[in-house]
Amino acid sequence: MYSEVVLEHFNNPHHAGVIEDADGVGEVGNPTCGDMMTFYIKVRDDVIEDIKFQTFGCVAAIAVSSMVSDLAKGKSLAEARKITKKAVAEALGGLPANKMHCSNLGADALALAIDNYQEKQAARRPEHSPQ
Amino acid sequence: MTPGYFDHAAATPVRPEVLTAMLPYFTERFGNPSAVYDLGSAIKDLMEVHRAKVAGLIGASPEGIVFTSSGAEANNLAIKGAALAHLKKGRHLIVSAIEHHSVLNAARYLEKFHDFEVTFLPVDRRGQLDPERLRRALTPATVIVSIQHASNEIGTVQRLAELAAVCREAGVLFHSDAVASIGQLPVQVKELGVDLLSLAGPALGAPKGVGALYFRRGLRLVPQIHSGIQENGRRGGTENVPGIVGLGVAAELARRELPEKAAYLKALRDRLAAGVRELIPHTLCTGHPEERLPGHASFCFEGIEGEALVFLLNRQGIYANTGSACASKALKVSPTLCALGISPDLAQGSLVFTLSCGNRAEEVDQVLAELPRAVEKLRSFSPVWRKKTAAFSGGSA
Repeated sequence: MYSEVVLEHFNNPHHAGVIEDADGVGEVGNPTCGDMMTFYIKVRDDVIEDIKFQTFGCVAAIAVSSMVSDLAKGKSLAEARKITKKAVAEALGGLPANKMHCSNLGADALALAIDNYQEKQAARRPEHSPQ
Repeated sequence: MTPGYFDHAAATPVRPEVLTAMLPYFTERFGNPSAVYDLGSAIKDLMEVHRAKVAGLIGASPEGIVFTSSGAEANNLAIKGAALAHLKKGRHLIVSAIEHHSVLNAARYLEKFHDFEVTFLPVDRRGQLDPERLRRALTPATVIVSIQHASNEIGTVQRLAELAAVCREAGVLFHSDAVASIGQLPVQVKELGVDLLSLAGPALGAPKGVGALYFRRGLRLVPQIHSGIQENGRRGGTENVPGIVGLGVAAELARRELPEKAAYLKALRDRLAAGVRELIPHTLCTGHPEERLPGHASFCFEGIEGEALVFLLNRQGIYANTGSACASKALKVSPTLCALGISPDLAQGSLVFTLSCGNRAEEVDQVLAELPRAVEKLRSFSPVWRKKTAAFSGGSA
């Protein structure tokens, strides 16, 4: 039912954990509907320098989180935003049809973490800024 | 035996002595029991021998046994067959909220296509149905009540004789799905006071594809498979002779072995359940603590999801089941766990062990070594667990 790549990421997830002083945090889903993911990013010069995730969910949800963290690390924020659910599923060698929507939330969580970082940056900008 | 296999509610290996008894009926003794020449009539006689063995296991007379293809078919024949045969009485039926899908969906079928009203009776937090509650739900139009003997999801055993007595007093038919309990608990139809009772082969070490329905003498049933007069017109289709032989042989073995088997399973189960409770904090044991199947242990672990847990255990050669939404094709959490009032996120962390006499204490000890590690691993990166532990410690994590 799951591809080799999915099982490999599930068994040995990359970047699982928390960044306590994260620059951006994004959370999607809720445990009631099955899956919940939280992404933490550290950003330097508009590049995702470090990334961690926490995931409550099935094999697919954990593999998706791991894959998204791999795809996003080292990318600029603009590039990271372009990571689609489809690309994540393809990189994983496919996902079962019924898991495509409910468990494939990693890209959404990452986008929310980027939003969160950029909102914080905007808030920090001096009010007298020329813009 | 497959070491590490703890999902006997889903499938079991066929017992070697059962398989040996079945084999000739695939090849040289292949005749159709409906045929009048020797090759057929001998098979018909043999089928009756095995019908008597199945009847003997549950204290019934052989005339009260219909062979079916499964427990699900037996449940369908009991509920739809009895309900449709008694339409003059009314169109109301009662089932518990924690029945097997074959019961729940047979009831929904009658609701949708035959204008029945269905009452899905709630159970208490341990999974038992209160006989008083059943009494209050009965109406003059109630035709049949179907309550399982035991749950293969939470292990809880119902106080079946009391429930059956309520129905008998009210003149309402009472059916019980005993697929989970047969071979593990004494199932005697007269002592229990049931009018109809379903059982299936796998729980006894007979193959998949064979089951049986007991019905009280004289009870009318509309067949659900229409064909010739096989099974006295109650179930059409050429009989699954090898399966019936297998069920008969397995039933006879089960009758002899029952007391010893129950004691063995209970000791093994208690070792497992006690170990899990001791080693894994924040674990809910689901179902009734005492009134449960001897070979059944079921848990919900806080902060994690069951499908992921099943896959981690699978990697260690341990095979167990879960009622998690993510593991079901419909992506819905088990209705049984919901009916116990377990919150949906806790229900996601469900894990179910169903044991057999093939399991050994060393396998249980392997579970007790691997399961805490697997739960710990999933909790280590669970945001739900992080929030819970922050709440336990009263501060921020």
